[in-house]
Amino acid sequence: MSTPLDRIRNFSIIAHIDHGKSTLADRLIQTTGGLTEREMSAQVLDNMDIEKERGITIKAQTVRLNYTAKDGLEYQLSLMDTPGHVDFAYEVSRSLAACEGALLVVDAAQGVEAQTLANVYQSIEHDHEIVPVINKIDLPAAEVDKVKAEIEDIIGIPADDAILTSAKSGIGIAEVLEAIVTRIPPPKGDRDAPLKAMLVDSWYDPYLGVVILVRVVEGVLKKGQQIKFMQHGTLHLVDRVACMRPKLEQLTELAAGEIGIITAQIKEVSQTAVGDTITDAKKPTAEALPGFKEVQPVVFCGLFPVDAADFEKLRDSLYKLRLNDASFSFEAESSAALGFGFRCGFLGLLHLEIIQERLTREYDLDLITTAPSVVYKIQLAHDKGEIELHNPADMPDVMQIASIEEPWIEAVIYVPDEYLGSLLKLCQDRRGIQKNLTYVGGRAQITYELPLNEVVFDFYDRLKSISRGYASFDYHQIGYREGDLVKMSIMVNAEPVDALSMIVHRGTAEARGRGMCERLKDLIPRHLFKIPVQAAIGGKVIARETIAAMRKDVTAKCYGGDATRKKKLLEKQKEGKKRMREYGSVQIPQEAFIAALRMGDEG
Amino acid sequence: MRASDLDLCRDPSPQSGEEEPLALYVHWPFCVSKCPYCDFNSHVRAEIDETAWRDALLADLAHEAELTPGRPLGSIFFGGGTPSLMAPATVAAVLGAAERHWGFASDIEITLEANPSSVEAAKFGALAKAGINRVSLGLQALDDAALRFLGRAHDVAESLAALDIAQAAFARVSLDLIYARPDQTETSWRAELDRALRFGTEHLSLYQLTIEPGTHFAALAGKGRLPTLDIDTAANLFELTRAVTAAAGIPAYEISNHARPGAESRHNLAYWRYRDYLGVGPGAHGRRGGLATVRRKKPENWLAAVARNGHGLESETPLDPATRAMEALLMGLRLGEGVDLAALSGRLGLPIDEMVDARAIDELTGHGLIVRERDRLTVREPGMLVLDGILGEIVR
Repeated sequence: MSTPLDRIRNFSIIAHIDHGKSTLADRLIQTTGGLTEREMSAQVLDNMDIEKERGITIKAQTVRLNYTAKDGLEYQLSLMDTPGHVDFAYEVSRSLAACEGALLVVDAAQGVEAQTLANVYQSIEHDHEIVPVINKIDLPAAEVDKVKAEIEDIIGIPADDAILTSAKSGIGIAEVLEAIVTRIPPPKGDRDAPLKAMLVDSWYDPYLGVVILVRVVEGVLKKGQQIKFMQHGTLHLVDRVACMRPKLEQLTELAAGEIGIITAQIKEVSQTAVGDTITDAKKPTAEALPGFKEVQPVVFCGLFPVDAADFEKLRDSLYKLRLNDASFSFEAESSAALGFGFRCGFLGLLHLEIIQERLTREYDLDLITTAPSVVYKIQLAHDKGEIELHNPADMPDVMQIASIEEPWIEAVIYVPDEYLGSLLKLCQDRRGIQKNLTYVGGRAQITYELPLNEVVFDFYDRLKSISRGYASFDYHQIGYREGDLVKMSIMVNAEPVDALSMIVHRGTAEARGRGMCERLKDLIPRHLFKIPVQAAIGGKVIARETIAAMRKDVTAKCYGGDATRKKKLLEKQKEGKKRMREYGSVQIPQEAFIAALRMGDEG
Repeated sequence: MRASDLDLCRDPSPQSGEEEPLALYVHWPFCVSKCPYCDFNSHVRAEIDETAWRDALLADLAHEAELTPGRPLGSIFFGGGTPSLMAPATVAAVLGAAERHWGFASDIEITLEANPSSVEAAKFGALAKAGINRVSLGLQALDDAALRFLGRAHDVAESLAALDIAQAAFARVSLDLIYARPDQTETSWRAELDRALRFGTEHLSLYQLTIEPGTHFAALAGKGRLPTLDIDTAANLFELTRAVTAAAGIPAYEISNHARPGAESRHNLAYWRYRDYLGVGPGAHGRRGGLATVRRKKPENWLAAVARNGHGLESETPLDPATRAMEALLMGLRLGEGVDLAALSGRLGLPIDEMVDARAIDELTGHGLIVRERDRLTVREPGMLVLDGILGEIVR
């Protein structure tokens, strides 16, 4: 039997990394009896190793709790754990759309952070009832009143009745549960209408196949029902309806207002689009839910196995990862420098790092990652249309280009006053346009418009090093703008090295080119002849370094007994050359490419 | 200076290996003290049973002779260790046996390495009488402080006295110097080299100081307690050495060896030209009919092996043609005369393409480091300083 609508509460938790979202969620589960103390592994919701380590959520998770409130009635609470990073902004928006309210968790010592803002604003846009929760109030550095003021000043919502908690010590948990019931409104929805449910998220489970997280908006979703995905137009038979408590519990149905999971014998997550509307195949709803968006990768890079023999393994691993993450894409790519690999697209830099880390850690692959690049839109000359450029190597000849557009973002940065000057300089150097600057307490909030390609190039690391880790940063895309962009090629001994070419703004090209040439000069070992290293735009050299020829490399003594030893040295030398990539007559060690391409240690 | 200027002693490259004279190396592993730079198979022992050693050397020699009948000896080399510590009678016994086993070519070269100390110099007359006709004298430096740094027991005055005696006693004298020592400048080395040239020996071995693994110097360097000469100065000193010796009429014919025309070390040329050579005594290596022979290295083990087996062999490994080609090239390209690729190809039954990388040869020829004239591949003067790098590129 379905729970009546007025006994249902659907809510999410919005929090900055480390502000205690997972701990609070765990407490709520424990208090309502979802799991015993013994069953609680630390932070149940973040179930991927990387999620636990980084304290972020990659896939939305949901837990259904039964809570008997002070009014003596039992309520069904669905806790939606939302992805915690801007790279997954669209997934966040769908998760929020599945709820009627949110707990805004703010660390009593840290205050409001930039990352919190994006999600809280989204939540406000969804007309959510927001319940502020000030966590970690038992820390010595807790400043409850200051944080309340920040919530009111920065976010603009009243914080008088904020709930004070220490999730770690169990303080204030009962008040939180009661506030969910009394302050967050119940869902609405006509249970007699044709089925209309939102596909909130999906993931691959080795035992169950693809598991779909749904929020039923109208009608009822039942086991054995023939359903239709309205975007894809595909039909599926529901073979399981369930909820997580957080252990899986089978149900007979999910009715309007309820959140739960279904399986329908689907093999790949790519068949399920987040935000899609699920309806009854025989009795479809008239209109799909609004807000569907096809998720597009925005950051691209090449992934190559260090050992060419691992190519197949890399491909298999990428397929496996894609089973669970349809938002990243890959296609085979070959590079003269790096051999065979894949050009991969990601939702953002963090997404890139997560995939790269999973490949390294879970699939034991040794990888070379080329410099990340964004998607450029190129207007071809002579009205030949527009192309999207994912790889600098594919840049058409300048003569065929009418204009190039690059993606821009709006970034919100919080930074302690003392680092503001350096941070403004960084943003200016990266072609930023300042939109806003306000002071809150000892901190500044600055809003900048920045080209994304300047951000993918070590911006985040520079930001952290300038502010000694105190700055927080968040961004969202604001569309494409035309830019004076050029392809910069790197030539070693007059041979272009494809893996090192990049698209840069003309104004920053020289500095970037000089940096790369200087770096390569130190990374490429001396040869028997001198080697020019050049950065060039079109045919024009903009930076140049020379690697001097090897000066002395000769064995002084070599007689009868030395032939054997010398031969072994020579064989070792030959073996070492196998890890080199040949560029004309120059051999570049693979380590040099890795070092030259590594993000973040420039300057 | 052009490569051809150094091309003083053309390799006769005989096609029939059977008639070719053999080279014989005899290792005497003992020293009075171990020098800090030396990684040779040398040992300090309080007492040596010279009779036992003589008998063992003779047995080892007889074993090799049985396997190489009908080939006269073109050269014999007593190396070490310090073979000048051998009793002249032991030397005489070895030479007598060698002559009986193989027979001597009429112009046989018989070299012995000697320390320039007064004790050893006193034996030079007897050693000459025993049959030694060439001596290689380890002067190492003409500077007392440098000799102390190198751990040598003799000073300059003593070694010059020994040199005088050697020049009187032996028909042919070579001397060794170690240069590119820490703090050495072009000026100071130039003066030292000029002085060495004035002694008028027909042959000079001039080695750049190399820190070899396992030596006392390597241990010091590992702890950062050994000053070293910067690589650019070392390179300059190498070039200076080649130019000065050439101007003095005693040019380099190998990386570190210089001789008046016709006075090259015939024995060492056998190594560099990759001819067959026999090696007896502890740790001695040989190349015999496509086999690499290695003898037990530690003196006591070698001695025991000879007592047990009648020879000191530890291993006899057949070398495939590609390995032999590699060895022939890494030895041969050290010589100013270079390597006759066609002759080597014929000797080993391996196509030239499988010995060397033609593309790398073209590339390095373009950079002026090597030259190939018809079948002869030669490292040019600027290439000599980076020979190991060149070998890495061109040897297949």
